[in-house]
Formats: sequence, C-alpha cells, structure tokens
Amino acid sequence: MSDVAQSEFNIRKYIREDLFPHFMCPGCGHGIALRALLNAVHNLGIDKNRLAIVSGIGCSGRVGAYIDANTFHTTHGRPLAFATGLKLARPDLEVIVITGDGDCLAIGGNHLIHACRRNLNITCLMLNNEVYGMTGGQVSPTTSTDRFTTTTQSGNYEPVFDACKLAEGAGAAFVGREMTLQTPALRDLIMEAIAHEGFSFVEVLSDCTEVFGRKNDMGDSMEMVLAQKSGFRSNSYGTAVDEPFKPRGMKTGVLHRSERLEYAAAYQQHHAEKSST
Amino acid sequence: MSTDQNLQNLQGNRACALAAIHAGCRLFAGYPITPSSEIAESMSAELPKVGGVFVQMEDEIASMGAVIGASAGGVKAMTATSGPGFSLKQEALGYAALTEIPSVIINVMRGGPSTGMPTRPAQGDIMQARWGTHGDHPTVVLVPWSVEEVFAETIRAFNLAELLRTPVIILFDEVIGHLVETVDLARFQNPQITDRKWADGKIEGFKPYRDPGDGVPMMARPGDGRRVHTTGLSHGESGFPTQNAGEVEKFMSRLLGKIAKHRDEVERIDARCCDDADVVVVAYGITARAAHRAVSMLRDQGIKAGLFRPITLWPFPESAFKAVAEHARLVLVPEMNAGQLILEVERLVSDKTTVAGLNLFYGEPITPQQIVEKAEALLSQ
Repeated sequence: MSDVAQSEFNIRKYIREDLFPHFMCPGCGHGIALRALLNAVHNLGIDKNRLAIVSGIGCSGRVGAYIDANTFHTTHGRPLAFATGLKLARPDLEVIVITGDGDCLAIGGNHLIHACRRNLNITCLMLNNEVYGMTGGQVSPTTSTDRFTTTTQSGNYEPVFDACKLAEGAGAAFVGREMTLQTPALRDLIMEAIAHEGFSFVEVLSDCTEVFGRKNDMGDSMEMVLAQKSGFRSNSYGTAVDEPFKPRGMKTGVLHRSERLEYAAAYQQHHAEKSST
Repeated sequence: MSTDQNLQNLQGNRACALAAIHAGCRLFAGYPITPSSEIAESMSAELPKVGGVFVQMEDEIASMGAVIGASAGGVKAMTATSGPGFSLKQEALGYAALTEIPSVIINVMRGGPSTGMPTRPAQGDIMQARWGTHGDHPTVVLVPWSVEEVFAETIRAFNLAELLRTPVIILFDEVIGHLVETVDLARFQNPQITDRKWADGKIEGFKPYRDPGDGVPMMARPGDGRRVHTTGLSHGESGFPTQNAGEVEKFMSRLLGKIAKHRDEVERIDARCCDDADVVVVAYGITARAAHRAVSMLRDQGIKAGLFRPITLWPFPESAFKAVAEHARLVLVPEMNAGQLILEVERLVSDKTTVAGLNLFYGEPITPQQIVEKAEALLSQ
C-alpha cells in the first residue's frame, strides 16, 4: 500500500505543534505509534477535518490531543462506547480509537468485545505497554508473568490476555499486531486496518521504559524494543494461560481478516427490508 | 384543534419516547432495565422509521457514552434507565456536564437502594440527580406528574439541553412510567424546537469554550474545519487541559453560573390555591397528584391549603417558592423517600413557618388521605 503515489509525509501537517513538547517520557513507544498512525492517515488521503480521534484515560489517552483533528479525550475505558455513538451519528467521519492495555482490556473490556461483535466501521489502536503508566506503574492485564510492578512487588502471578485472540474471537473484522520497532510495518498495518470495512483492532507493542522497564532491569528503550523483536515477549502470550494458548512465537502482522457485514450497513439493510415488506 | 385522532391513550414511557422523536432525537442508546424498558422498546420500533438509530448497548455506561458521542457529532440523543443504571451513568454524566455536550437522561425511579424494588415506584433519586456525579457541576432536572406532562417535559428537556449545552435529567417513577392516560397530541403539533448554537464565522482562532455572553459557548461541529479538542480534564477557553488556577476558576464559574443566566427558561412551576394558603404542600411527580387531591379535601374542611409543584426540580425554583411560602404557617413535603427535597425546602423558609415531611418509602404511592391526615395532625399540635 505504501508504494502508491502520494505526497511526502510531513508530520507537522497533522499535529498541534503548539502543544509541544509532548508529555511522554523519554523512551516511550507511544510517540512512534502516533507517527505511524499519522503517516497512515496521510497515505490514505484522509481529510483531517473528517478525522475523529477518540481516546480514553491513561498515557494512551493523552496521545490523541497532539493530533490536529476532531479529538475526544473521554472517560476511562469508554472510548469505544463514545466512538460507537459518534460513528452511528456521523458515518461520514473516520473514527479512530486510541486506547491502552488497561483502558481497553480491563476497565473497558466489555466495550471491546461488544465493539468487535457489533462490527461498526471503527479502527481501534491499543497501545500495549504492559503497565498502567500514568498512575505510576501498576500491573495490567498484559503484564508478563513474573514482572515487577508497584502492585506486583514480588512478581506478576496473574495470567495474561492475548488481546488479538480476544478481538478475533469476539468478531472483529480485522485484527493485527505490530511492534513500534517495525515502524513501516506498523504504518502499513494501520493503513490496512483503517481501510478495512468493519471493526479493526490493532495491538501496538509499545514500551514503557520509565515505570516498567526500569523496575525490571530491562535496559533503555532500544534494549526493550530489541528484546521484543527477539521474541522475549512471546512468553507473555501463552505460558500463563490455558492449553489453547500454548507458548508460541509472538505473531505480528495481519492476524485475522473477514468480510463480515459492517454494522451500519447491516442496520440500513435490515430496516430497508423490513419497511419494504 | 383537538380531534379524536389527536387524543391518544399513551403509556408514560411510550409518551416519553414519542416526544423525544418529536423533539428531534435521532439516536437512542440504552440498556434494558425495569421500569423504563418500554422507552427503549418504543425507540427501537420508532427511530428507524424516521431515519434515526436505536442501539442497545452492552451496559448502562456504554449507553451514556454512546449518547454523548452521538451528540458530540451533532445528533440529538437520549438514554433511559432506572436507579441502578442511573448510578452507573454518573461518571459519564459528569463528563457531559464538563465538556458541555447536550444530552437527555430519563430515570424512571424505582425502589432503592441497590436492586431495591424494580417494579415499585419511589422518589429516592432526588439528591442523586442533583449531586450524583463527582465534583461541582450544573444540573437541570425535570419532574413531570402526568403522561401529557412527560410528553411536554421531554420536548423541553431536549430544548434545554441544547440551549444550555448540558445534560438534562427527567425523573419520573414507575407509576407515571406505566400509567396510561389520554394525551392531546394537538398540543404538540408544532412544538418550539431549540437547536444548539453552532459555531460560525472565522475558523482561525476559534475558542470552543469562550463565553459569548450568556454563559453558553458556541459548539463546533466535527467536520466544520475547526478541529477542536474535547476533554474531561479541566480546560480553559481553548479546550485544552489546564491546571492554571485563574483559567480553571474562570471556566468553572461560567460552567456553574450558566444555568442561573437562563433561569426564566429553565424554571417551571405549578402553584394551585397558594394565594391565601396557610398550608402549602410541596410535592412533585406522582406524589403531587395525591397532594392536589389532598389540597381540595383540606379546602372542603375549611383549611386553606395550596399545592406548590416544582416541574423543574433542579435548580429549585427558589423565588417562586419563597413567594408562596412567605405567609404559610405550615409547609408539608410528602415524598416517597426518607426526606430529600425537604432539605431544600427547609433552607428556604423563615423560622415562623413549620416544615414537616411525610416520608413513605415502601414502594406504594402516597395517598391523598395520608397527606390530609398528616396535615390535620400537624395543625392540631
């Protein structure tokens, strides 16, 4: 997709420069995800006046404000609920949700599964940094086994969610995962996700050096993302959960794609048929 | 002109749904809960006929979120619930209040706390409607007493939400929700409809929370090129978060003061036989109907009784009430709760006036006889 003829991507056209410097910590992967998203928006030729970014609470929730678009910073865990109302009311808007592992999988888990089931044409980017960063580094539903956090001071003993399996199982039309280290691949995956009709879920493997990596002797940001690449994170998906999720190499890229009827189209079609009979 | 066609037997909950559509509501997001479910059911059948969207969400919180999202997109939207669901919606309600996104929330009150008595009426959410979400916030709450008034006040709720850019709550109860009464729809053929002030003029330098003078900022419509930021964080005129004391103080003062600037449009009361009343019964919703009957029963006995019925409960119509209560010996406040509105009433009367409550909270409507007996007992003391 990225080889389509297009103007050169200039991030300054898509950000609110007057809000910079941004608030993210040195080494945080969220900025890379933001750039990849904006590059995808550019490559797809999306008019930023028609772009609506809906985010929740946490570090991921604050990313949206830097985008020069219609931006909604909503309540904790609920961006998908807000986005559902917004998209139903305004199908002309390109609605993209930016959420985090805690926002999306813990407090917002109910909304995620039903957004997947409903299959409204929304793209959801879940920035997974394995931790509640904004509140000081508490364990999240994606924190790897044995990792130290401020609420697992002797190591994490809780099983881990595979968010992509969850999204696929709940019916998302498009599911993918990518690391921030692989920026062009991440950009292209986001482009595919946005272009896909229906609910698209993208897990972005981000990194939190400040309140997670540092406490786990994981080194600096570069060491953390390289460890992701070497498959260190593969343990986080499988070892602690049930039989069907046996240890495996972490898969990235497009994980699932289906052409299931999109919600708004299904709604229109259904009521058109009912009123004509 | 009223014709037989205009006279319809409507259930309170259904009247609420039809009135919402009449007022321009084009999205309903809800979650099943007794005794409000007929509102969602009616909406699911009626909205698609007018090109609107009904969506049954996964929970009460999502319903409120979807309503706010739709309204932020420029479509009038509503949700309906009862006690437990109303509790769940409180955080999002505060978000709508702070971000100033118009929305309408129906709470068909049932016995509480907790699951309480789902099929029984109550008036236990009076203070929750005022203070339910955390932090200081503006509140508008309407309390209709009949099916026809449910129709009228639902239309007015949408108009006030748009006028003030704030969530508007309608409280009624299981009895009114399920009551079937004749409504003269001719009254509502050409209702006055208010739409929010959309931002116009120069895009460059637009401040989404600037006070144009009446306390209610112009709203940017997504897609109009203004590309504003909406956040539940404290923000200034620009819409971006701030912790600057001066900016927050200015913002909050405007937010909390904007309702008062429109008091004449917001406040609505119904005062009956109050001019010479020694005994003023303050009642709202279904209880006011018993109170109305009780007032005439007391009058028959030669007791000068009157009914003061706030139709707008919050902000409480202070000056109208004070004018009525000034010469009263006794103010009686019957409520299907342990005593909620009475706290506001006590605050507003002088020492010369006795204020007493009649508080019944076992899931049955208060009867006229109970009010008469209470008044008689108090007067004989």
